[in-house]
Amino acid sequence: MRVDFLTSNEACAEGAIDAGLKVYIGYPITPSSDLFEYLAEKLPKKGGVVYQAEDEIASIIALSGAALAGAKAMTATSGPGFSLMQEGIGLAVMLEAPLVIVNVMRAGPSTGIATQIGQGDVMQSRWGSHGPYSVVVYAPSSAQEAYEYTIKAFNSAVKVRAPVIVLMDAILAHTREKVILYDQDEIEVIGFKKTNDNPENFYPYRPDPDDLVPPIAFFGEGYNVLAESLNHDERGYYDTSIETYNKLVSRLIMKIDRNKNYIVASKEYYTEDADILFISICSMARSTLALVRLLRKKGVKAGLFKPISIWPLDEDRFIKLAKNVDKIVIPELNQGQLEWIVKKVLWDHGLCDVKVYPLPMLVPDLPSPDDILNCINSRGLRLW
Amino acid sequence: MVSHVVIEHPIDDYLRLDRVPYTWCPGCGIGTALQHILRAIKELVEEGKLDRKKILFVTGIGCTGRAAGLVKLDSAHVVHGRPIPFAIGAKLANPEINPIVFSGDGDIAGIGGNHLLHAARKNMDIFVIMINNLTYALTGGQLAPTTPYGVYSTTTPYGNPETPIDVAKVLVSMNVNYVARWSTAHLTKIKDSVKYAMQKRGFRFIEILSTCPEIFGRHIKIGDPVTLYKRLQKIAKISSKPSFEDIKYDWETEITCGVFLDDDKPGFFDNFIRNIEVVKSGRG
Repeated sequence: MRVDFLTSNEACAEGAIDAGLKVYIGYPITPSSDLFEYLAEKLPKKGGVVYQAEDEIASIIALSGAALAGAKAMTATSGPGFSLMQEGIGLAVMLEAPLVIVNVMRAGPSTGIATQIGQGDVMQSRWGSHGPYSVVVYAPSSAQEAYEYTIKAFNSAVKVRAPVIVLMDAILAHTREKVILYDQDEIEVIGFKKTNDNPENFYPYRPDPDDLVPPIAFFGEGYNVLAESLNHDERGYYDTSIETYNKLVSRLIMKIDRNKNYIVASKEYYTEDADILFISICSMARSTLALVRLLRKKGVKAGLFKPISIWPLDEDRFIKLAKNVDKIVIPELNQGQLEWIVKKVLWDHGLCDVKVYPLPMLVPDLPSPDDILNCINSRGLRLW
Repeated sequence: MVSHVVIEHPIDDYLRLDRVPYTWCPGCGIGTALQHILRAIKELVEEGKLDRKKILFVTGIGCTGRAAGLVKLDSAHVVHGRPIPFAIGAKLANPEINPIVFSGDGDIAGIGGNHLLHAARKNMDIFVIMINNLTYALTGGQLAPTTPYGVYSTTTPYGNPETPIDVAKVLVSMNVNYVARWSTAHLTKIKDSVKYAMQKRGFRFIEILSTCPEIFGRHIKIGDPVTLYKRLQKIAKISSKPSFEDIKYDWETEITCGVFLDDDKPGFFDNFIRNIEVVKSGRG
């Protein structure tokens, strides 16, 4: 164990190294470039490679190639680059290529304000590629969490053979704070589940019935692996039948659900006796937590639920809390994306009575606790 | 009763025979070209010059792209235009992998054009084989970047107003390690050229002009496969070491074929691995 003073970009890079990152491929974009630069300096010394592609499309596609050739692989990008990667994320889903994509959210739409914070990519991180599919998304809110949940992101990616996204933001990316970094024997690092079959009997997409994840054989090992982007059967052969489509697509979605207990993560603050539950992610959760403490001093029974895995959400914890509160407040730097997730989960669990107060803030800066309070007051919301 | 005669083919061991019959149309040149690429690979493997396990056969989208699912090698059929970055990613993870990118003109030079240019600029250690059938065939005959000027396509029904790209010539200008162009009328040349280029380092490119009687042929009113093949034979003229100015891409008169460039400059991985060795030794 050692203590360092790092930005979340740097802490994320350290987490990736500790998780066994072997291939980093990226394209420069603010505010993620310094994560790339940090790894360009450090990763080769650890035996990994860092490569600059011609664009984000090439980055994400090359990651799938690297992952299926046996490397733990990662890229980092921001808004516009993340948009360009969406088709490639779908490819990684279809090829079941485990990889990690860090998206440092900035103020959009389009080029927007490259240097400023945004939270507009919550929905895109889940639904950005075409067709029905599932991914895992983590949203850390400190350098410490960026370190820890990047390790977790690699573990989840390897465990379910799917792309995993780490959502950060421009404020986190460049805020320097204390981080405790662990030694290798203090962290869990999951390795690839290799096939036990011999090459003649190997089916690249035949799942393990327990976790629905196919054991892997890498390129270069003599297995005649067929990686197929078209709808395919267990051999990887293109098939347009309803049965094959349904079997493949539902398995790609269900395998994440099947491994949900391992994947999900959340944190709770002052929730034991809370009447009002705030829900917030990334940097915004820091301001919201400060507001909760401010309200507690005023005698308001406020609490904070901070989802770290936002796809899938830690529904069990959230529902337990939601059953005991009257009001849920969701401050976020977009038109209300977390709000959609929360409302759906409440509806799915029949909790239609709890009052949800969305608090979308279209500002390209991190609001202070007072700013959030002013926002609540200026909208005439009587929450306490 | 139909009697089935099983005839062994020299490249049977390199094909997923359970996928026969393949999707390509009668008169299409892709299968013939693929056969001679696989013959080259087979000979190299048998001569002990190539490790079959380390070959990665990557294709994009289009008629040519379907080949990945047919070859009995490590293979990947990826999204449109992206076989080059996929191949590079695999090689970054395992430099022993020997990637062959096999795709069509639309995939390589249209949507994937930027990847092609940068792989060439870096003298990236991959081997790109581009089938050029002068149209987007699988999607039904839309305009390709290689479609001749004035020709009908379904998206330029009044004739193609654009000048086509001569992909091989562009790559010659980029000074890569190997550039050649052949047609499906030069099958032995294809095999020998693939065999030679497979053993080289750096960026290697072979364009293979192919016949698509079903789409391109009908568009130029030569729907008969034999007539179209004869037309290809006539215009695909082999030239020995042509100068840059001598390389022509004109469907009406001449599409120059031959070896345009053959060099042995250090590839991307020569420099890249040297850098890593320096860093690891602490001299960086």
